[in-house]
Amino acid sequence: MIAFMIRRLFQALIVIFIISVIGFAIKQSVGDPVRELTGISVSEEERDEFREKLGLNDPWYVQYGRFFGDAIQGDLGTSFFYKRPATEVILEKAPATLELVLVSSLIILFFSVPLGVFSAIKPDSLFSRALMGSSIVGVSIPVFLTAIMMVYLFSIKLGWLPSYGRGELVMLGGWGTGLLTVDGWLHILMPSIALSSIMLPLFIRLIRSEMMEVLESEYIKYAWAKGLSHRRVWFIHAFKNTLLPVITVGGVQLGVTIAFTILTETVFQWQGLGFMFMEAVERSDAPLLVAYLMFVGIVMVGVNTIVDLIYGLVNPTIRIAGVK
Amino acid sequence: MKKHFMLTLLLVLALSGLAQAKTLKLAMDADPVSLDPHMQLSGGMLQYSHMVFDPLVRWTKETTIEGRLADKWERLDDKTVRFHLKKGIKFHSGNELTADDVVWTVNRLKESVDFKGIFEQFNSPLKVDKYTVDIVTKVPYPLLVSTATYIFPMDSKFYSGKDDKGMDKAAINKTGYSFANDNLSGTGKYTVSERQQGVKVVFEAFPGYWDKQSPGNVDKIILTPIKNDATRVAALLSGDVDFIMPVPPQDMDRIEKSDNVKLVTMSGTRIITLQLNQNRVEAFKNPKVRQAIVYAINNAGIAEKLMKGRATVGAQNSPKGYAGHNPELTPRYDLKKAKQLMKEAGYEKGFEVSMVAPNNRYVNDEKIAEAAASMLGKIGIKVNLKTMPKAQYWDQFDLQVADIQMIGWHSDTEDTGNFFEFLLMCPNKETGYGQYNSGNYCNQEVDSLTLKVQAETDEVKRTAMLQKMERIAYDDAAFVPLHWQDLSWAGKKNLGIESIVNVMNFPYFGDLVIK
Repeated sequence: MIAFMIRRLFQALIVIFIISVIGFAIKQSVGDPVRELTGISVSEEERDEFREKLGLNDPWYVQYGRFFGDAIQGDLGTSFFYKRPATEVILEKAPATLELVLVSSLIILFFSVPLGVFSAIKPDSLFSRALMGSSIVGVSIPVFLTAIMMVYLFSIKLGWLPSYGRGELVMLGGWGTGLLTVDGWLHILMPSIALSSIMLPLFIRLIRSEMMEVLESEYIKYAWAKGLSHRRVWFIHAFKNTLLPVITVGGVQLGVTIAFTILTETVFQWQGLGFMFMEAVERSDAPLLVAYLMFVGIVMVGVNTIVDLIYGLVNPTIRIAGVK
Repeated sequence: MKKHFMLTLLLVLALSGLAQAKTLKLAMDADPVSLDPHMQLSGGMLQYSHMVFDPLVRWTKETTIEGRLADKWERLDDKTVRFHLKKGIKFHSGNELTADDVVWTVNRLKESVDFKGIFEQFNSPLKVDKYTVDIVTKVPYPLLVSTATYIFPMDSKFYSGKDDKGMDKAAINKTGYSFANDNLSGTGKYTVSERQQGVKVVFEAFPGYWDKQSPGNVDKIILTPIKNDATRVAALLSGDVDFIMPVPPQDMDRIEKSDNVKLVTMSGTRIITLQLNQNRVEAFKNPKVRQAIVYAINNAGIAEKLMKGRATVGAQNSPKGYAGHNPELTPRYDLKKAKQLMKEAGYEKGFEVSMVAPNNRYVNDEKIAEAAASMLGKIGIKVNLKTMPKAQYWDQFDLQVADIQMIGWHSDTEDTGNFFEFLLMCPNKETGYGQYNSGNYCNQEVDSLTLKVQAETDEVKRTAMLQKMERIAYDDAAFVPLHWQDLSWAGKKNLGIESIVNVMNFPYFGDLVIK
């Protein structure tokens, strides 16, 4: 177990190193931060002096060396726009995104399991067919459109839900949470539904097909033959094995969800990492871009590690290398 | 018993105060990048400056100049204007505004990378007495008073000395911490009580504000930057905010039809143009070809159809209301004539060129570029168009990567000369003139006129020269003028928006009345 964790940690470091190099290489083509920071009538000479001062005229590997030296000491540079350390900005924005992903995950979990299981047990019922049909539609509507349609309906037409932002926040230490106020919940409802809209149909279909496959297997037939109750066969024997692939896919999708937050957050002006990232690209705020990419890298590696551990718990026949 | 009575009284007073307090929820496409008014020269920063600082003088809706911190001013000679400050004006810190603050502020403006260009012609001001100051220029400078609209006196006592990090409080820093980026003391109606950059800024009315004449009754402004057009409009229509700027053209009709919100628009002063690079394309050196291009592009059609009438078609740089606006110059669109000119120039078969335009800088910039490209196709000029976000665009523009490049320009001095200095004078690295002249148009007569008007203080003579400059550029087809974008604001019906907006796009929120 210890060896496994150490190996994972080592992998994480390599991943983050590679991401930072790539981030650095592409930051050259994102645009020129100096343009963003100066008025249009500033002369070329002045701009160049400014670039020199920021060290942007050095070759990128020299800049990287400088960045690496600071990064080792935990300093990822200062955001040009926020004028504060990039790490600080990321930590300030992370709660918004994590809460959004959390609520979306709960929505997905809450709906996909019962719906998926039901449509596997009764594949021929009218409800199941309708569900499958509509899930195809659900997958093909872009998040952006879902979000805008919801805003049009619930904010503009009906005036039930606020159209942007996080609403009233409560500070718990450094974590600004919207989950402790009614206003905060009203604000998180639409973004989280929009975000889950793309994953929900996928999970329903996944659970359904896995469950159907399991229900065909020998040991289930044997369980029926033994005369076990329906409930026991479905929810204990079959469902447990259905979960394995779902956990794997779920872990991978969690990472993808973080990417999807960029769209959702942009539409709802949700002050999280995705929104911050979009703005940083527009402003060529390089230190923030690289810090964001590294943060996402860390999250991905972390999630994968947890998935592997849970997998071992659910299915003891799977051996994690290094776990004795 | 007495205690209870007092408490009740206080409570009643507090509640009645609350009933009077008016809050404005405002959404713009960006928030101030700093609290330091000299850090960056941009529309957003000037809008902010008008909220928390006051200028010596300011533009009115009719583009005349009215006094703010200066009561009156008079020209002493062709290089000096004497400003008399109002007495007893207090900064937010409680310090009194004096001539020293004005001197200090102009000196700081001359240090600011972004503002030093505008204050190039200025010497350090001279303090006459506590409330009188002479603003002096190096040469006779006709735009002295209109440039004073950029002087927002800062509290020199407050901004002098060392902060707790041991740094100079007056320092201007674009990329990191500075005292002025995070703290402020001005004379304006509002102070900033809370600020989360990129999330919101809360402005609270300053009780010691000097302007008791102003009808404005807004005590609190909550500014939320909402970049996404659709989101900003939705926030207004759903009642989450009271006022938005700018308004995306595709939603204007809808806002106009709505029952609870209204739209206010005004013809703007930012001209959108295309530049034809004569150094890259031999054909563009021929004035006939340039004229053919101007005749081929239906700019009235672009303003009408593409911009949905939310733009004013142009034939020159200077919008109506500028001294240099030449009323004789009218839009030219005549496809027959364009083809004829191409034939005369010997390019009947046409040729192929490249073109670049931004896709997130001006209203509908990408669509405008596409329309222009297809219009040029009709006279045999095949255009390969590439558009890109503004973060990358300006570097490409400077490198002159394409034969035709789009640029929009608003004159910082609200004067015609500025267009010519940046867009049409022969490019010169030494002097910095023609910095954005990617057409490489070069005409000695235009250059000498542009330099002459800089020091011409006789209004009549100056106006004649400016109009002549526009005429030459028009006849020469030095560039392709398209239109001036409209400015737009929208808000709830009970806001007196009309009386606080102006062509500079600095709404004077201090004067806003909420019914």
